[in-house]
Amino acid sequence: MTAAPQREFFIDPGRCIGCQACVQACTECDTHRGVSMIQLDFVDRGRSTQTAPVVCMHCDSPTCAEVCPADAIKRTEDGVVQTARKPRCIACNNCVLACPFGVPKMHTEMHLMMKCDMCYDRTSVGLKPMCASVCPSQALAFTTREEMALLRPSARPVNTFRFGHQTIRTKVATLVPREVPEEIVDVTAATFDPTIGHEMLDDVFLDGDEAGVSS
Amino acid sequence: MSRPAAPGDADAGPTVAPDGRVLAEQPKWRRDFPIDWPRDEYVSRRDLVKFIVLTSGAFAAGQLWIVLKSLVRRRPGASPAVPIARLDELPVGGARSFTYPEGGTPRLLVRLGERRFVAYDQQCTHLLCPVVPVVEAGRLHCPCHDGWFDLETGGVISGPPQRPLPRVLLEVRGGTVWATGVEAEAAS
Repeated sequence: MTAAPQREFFIDPGRCIGCQACVQACTECDTHRGVSMIQLDFVDRGRSTQTAPVVCMHCDSPTCAEVCPADAIKRTEDGVVQTARKPRCIACNNCVLACPFGVPKMHTEMHLMMKCDMCYDRTSVGLKPMCASVCPSQALAFTTREEMALLRPSARPVNTFRFGHQTIRTKVATLVPREVPEEIVDVTAATFDPTIGHEMLDDVFLDGDEAGVSS
Repeated sequence: MSRPAAPGDADAGPTVAPDGRVLAEQPKWRRDFPIDWPRDEYVSRRDLVKFIVLTSGAFAAGQLWIVLKSLVRRRPGASPAVPIARLDELPVGGARSFTYPEGGTPRLLVRLGERRFVAYDQQCTHLLCPVVPVVEAGRLHCPCHDGWFDLETGGVISGPPQRPLPRVLLEVRGGTVWATGVEAEAAS
């Protein structure tokens, strides 16, 4: 472990330009060469070019592991939720369906769920994850909180999400506009509120500042 | 459940259960199958000792059970003599099935000559299919997997069976054939 200040993983979906570099870089990782764990989401493909990279948020209460009937998904001491353990995974898809962020991917040909493990081999020795090392707009950034505050003065990292009655704290932080007062992103409420949910994302280029495109 | 989001707190603590209670208050299944990797791999000395004692105890009990079972099984001893056929009932080269002891294992009696009788288990020693006598060939045939036995000795000629057919000891008293025992039992 490095003695340097703790670097963290930040996602800034507003900066994503949809270049797919992270998806390609992920396939270059030595632990799962040729298989990408990142999914590039098109927010509303019919009306907008806005994209958002989906990497694992690494919850403190990982729903994927909670629903795993084979006890295959484990979380390491530093809070990284790992890919399903091969001898245990039964390829039942429970985790794929349960994850609120839509992260786990089922590789049926391998009978194995594989998911982003934050490039465990790299980040544990202080290197950037593959995706963050190539992201040209730094929508995926691996750095210290202090540096993030300097580089993105109008954004604020949030790593607490609410899904119904459950509040989940994640290891990975999402950047939201600084003026947003909430400490918690209420995901389920947002999906049902047209003003901050779907409609806002539709207008992401028409009304950038209010629509939540930070920095 | 919701610890405050402390800045710079990247090293997360142990996994939080959905209901937010600490691990000690969680149900047993959750304590037995923790999500945290280090805790999942940890085996306490008490658990290991418990496992070793219980499994070796189960093995010892199983061995004891086998010993007791075999002691009990040997007890019946010699089987009673049972009349199975009159001489005039069965022509030379004929065969008939019977059970010996009565109501027990199905057996097969074959008359080879005027005073020569043989009797074997009718169950093939491979998978207990009924065997069919082929007297003219001097053999017994099991049609299930094409097993062949020698009619004179009960030994295996070909096919999947590995052991000979158990032979029933016979005795001709007057005009009646009596079964007096089974060779395998008598040998043991």
